[in-house]
Amino acid sequence: MQKVVMQGNEAIARGGYEAGVKVACAYPGTPSSEILRTFAEKYPEVYVEWSVNEMVAVQVAGGAAIAGVRAMASMKHVGMNVASDAFMTFSYTGIKRGLVIVIADDPYSHSSQNEQDSRNWARFGKVPMLEPSDSQECKDFTKIAFEISEEFDTPVLLRTETRVSHSDSPVLLEERIEPKHEVFLDRREAAKYTMVPAYVRQRRKFVEERMKKLEEYANNFKYNVMEINDTKYGIISSGVSYLYAKEVFPDWSFLKLGMVWPLPKKLIAEFFKKVKKVAIVEELDPFLETEIRAMGFKIWHGKDIIPTMYELSPDIVERAFLGKRFKSPKVRFEVDSLPKRPPNLCAGCSHRPLFYALKKLGLFVFGDIGCYTLATSPPLEAIHATVCMGAGVGMAHGAMKAQGKVGLGKSCAVIGDSTFLHAGIAPLMDVAYNKGNSTTIILDNRITAMTGHQEHPGSGYTARLEPTVAVNYEELGKALGIKSIRYVNPYNVKETMEIIREEVGKDEPSLIICKDSPCILLRRAKPLEKFKYPGYTVDEEKCRGCRACLEINCPAISWKVENGVTKDGHKRKGVSFINRDQCVGCSVCEQICKFEAIKPIEREGR
Amino acid sequence: MGKDGRVTNIFLSGVGGQGTILASNILAEVFFSQGYDVKKAEIHGMAQRGGDVTTHFRFGKKVYSPLIKYGEVDFLLAFELLEGLRYINWVREGGKVLLNNQKIYPPSVNIGEMKYPEDVPGIFRKHFKKNVYVVEGLEIARKVGNIQAANVVVIGAFSNFFPDIKEDRWIEAIKALLPERLHELNVKAFLEGRGAFG
Repeated sequence: MQKVVMQGNEAIARGGYEAGVKVACAYPGTPSSEILRTFAEKYPEVYVEWSVNEMVAVQVAGGAAIAGVRAMASMKHVGMNVASDAFMTFSYTGIKRGLVIVIADDPYSHSSQNEQDSRNWARFGKVPMLEPSDSQECKDFTKIAFEISEEFDTPVLLRTETRVSHSDSPVLLEERIEPKHEVFLDRREAAKYTMVPAYVRQRRKFVEERMKKLEEYANNFKYNVMEINDTKYGIISSGVSYLYAKEVFPDWSFLKLGMVWPLPKKLIAEFFKKVKKVAIVEELDPFLETEIRAMGFKIWHGKDIIPTMYELSPDIVERAFLGKRFKSPKVRFEVDSLPKRPPNLCAGCSHRPLFYALKKLGLFVFGDIGCYTLATSPPLEAIHATVCMGAGVGMAHGAMKAQGKVGLGKSCAVIGDSTFLHAGIAPLMDVAYNKGNSTTIILDNRITAMTGHQEHPGSGYTARLEPTVAVNYEELGKALGIKSIRYVNPYNVKETMEIIREEVGKDEPSLIICKDSPCILLRRAKPLEKFKYPGYTVDEEKCRGCRACLEINCPAISWKVENGVTKDGHKRKGVSFINRDQCVGCSVCEQICKFEAIKPIEREGR
Repeated sequence: MGKDGRVTNIFLSGVGGQGTILASNILAEVFFSQGYDVKKAEIHGMAQRGGDVTTHFRFGKKVYSPLIKYGEVDFLLAFELLEGLRYINWVREGGKVLLNNQKIYPPSVNIGEMKYPEDVPGIFRKHFKKNVYVVEGLEIARKVGNIQAANVVVIGAFSNFFPDIKEDRWIEAIKALLPERLHELNVKAFLEGRGAFG
């Protein structure tokens, strides 16, 4: 069999493929997005879909599993909050064929609005959870998750995190085992799948019994591994935390848990018998620690030395155990004094002029989850609240209800196309139904951009790029009862400002839709073709160094300190400079410049 | 760098959009084909564009942690000067450094609030002496025909650190990872980078 280097997410998809998965669903979210992309690109045997949101993904996968095929849903940690309503009750119903839900955590919030520890879902939902540490385990654990799911009639959670999902390591490939089961719906199983109170109580008992059996299974689970080396020191760990600890203390003993819920009580007791001092190394919450302490064991070290937030790393683990004995490497340069480099909207991005307009209008902007959240950074600083998918629309409505008419003209909500379809329709309906007067702006860039260009119900394509229906935002707004619906072309700054000013001032619900504003990196939408010129340059005879163009935070524009005078005699302290390699010709800076100092470059000249 | 127990640590740093992920994929492909265990960790996502990006790449007989320990980088491969300097303290004594001689200003420098550090290669040379190499990735890529290939030029220069690995192996990796229409450009970019140190 062939061995190849694979990303953790690709290995999860490979595991699903080899396990005979028939249905795979997901809503994109870093660091989980590549799981479904891999299914879509590599495994035509599997039905794939970008679901509208994570709850729908779990519903679709659950329905498929109940009909009799192996199914998967994958999402980032916060996606599980959305999916939880379905998940918590699928725990009761169980399934007919395997159902695996993959949750990818993001310690340190590299790309998320919070930092939650998804292991808690397993205890809360009373289902088993596996936690791989590298790509080979990603594949192996996905496969065995399906076996556990079917043996114990339960959804199984597979938990990864950034350093597992987005790490690459070798994986041994195996063949797919094509499922041969009959796929059918059985009306006689209503009591198992219909969660009305009387049936709930029956299944509730089943869930308790199932978890007891699973605990016994965990004691013999082949991926709960005891490595007895030096018996003086031992570490209980799981996932990537195990790899960090093993890297630093290879000679210590280890109990590596492949299954983090339910815990193998007998195995843990055995480890405590064999090893003198037992520490627990885990990222984020004291999940294992709380449980193991509750079992009555005395722990040498745990969260007293291991941080409860952000990512772990080998040096954090080493420092924790060595304390004052830890030798910090030599500092050659005070790197904290260097300019930071936060991510930025791309040169030519349609969000930039839109947020510039909002800033100039002085609005309080309720943001949402997407690339546009980057408009929070200085010097744009045009977003003032961001909570979760869809929240901005509801929050803007609530803030207007709180303020009354005094609030008119002072705020709006912005939401991306994919985010709107995921969680923005319900709050927008709420605005219309409850006689609100907030303004919602849909930043339609034709794709789920932030997570790497995934299709959605407004893009016109399925996950496998087959053409399909596309949501019409205007018709949808009308159907919800919104009367004032306008379009703006954000690349026309003046007109965009005028339309937004009018709408936010109206005492009725408003919906503004950005048009002709595709993601600048979305090639099929030909985003550059609408720009008249291939780029712009600064006319140094005219530039007065007023810095107005720097306010839009375009990566192509920088400040050059240079005392001098313009041709018509104005003193200046510097000039703006446009980097030809980065400028795409969106013309926003030209529109902002009051001194006609920004000039187009003719097409031939390039 | 034989197949003993020692793990070799390569740290890549740059700016989102520079193609560091392709570069690290080439490394993974090459060293895995030499019979090593490999592990690579990086941050993905479109929203990293314009932000600082890093990849930890490790190879050896057996690799546990996907992350390199602070201060234990054997090779620093910086696609941008400021992003190289940001990780100077990660490099071990005697480690080697390859800097792509390109400056991309972060927002605070663009608006004139902060200064871009001066003479980054000089700062490195003070500490790493002759082990500091500089390649004109962007300009070489421009000559080859596309500035997007600067990442592969840099990998070409970096390949000189591993004289035991044949040129063909690198070229095979590049071809395996890129669509055919980009082969000619990128192989040329690689060879130009490889020849950049004369």
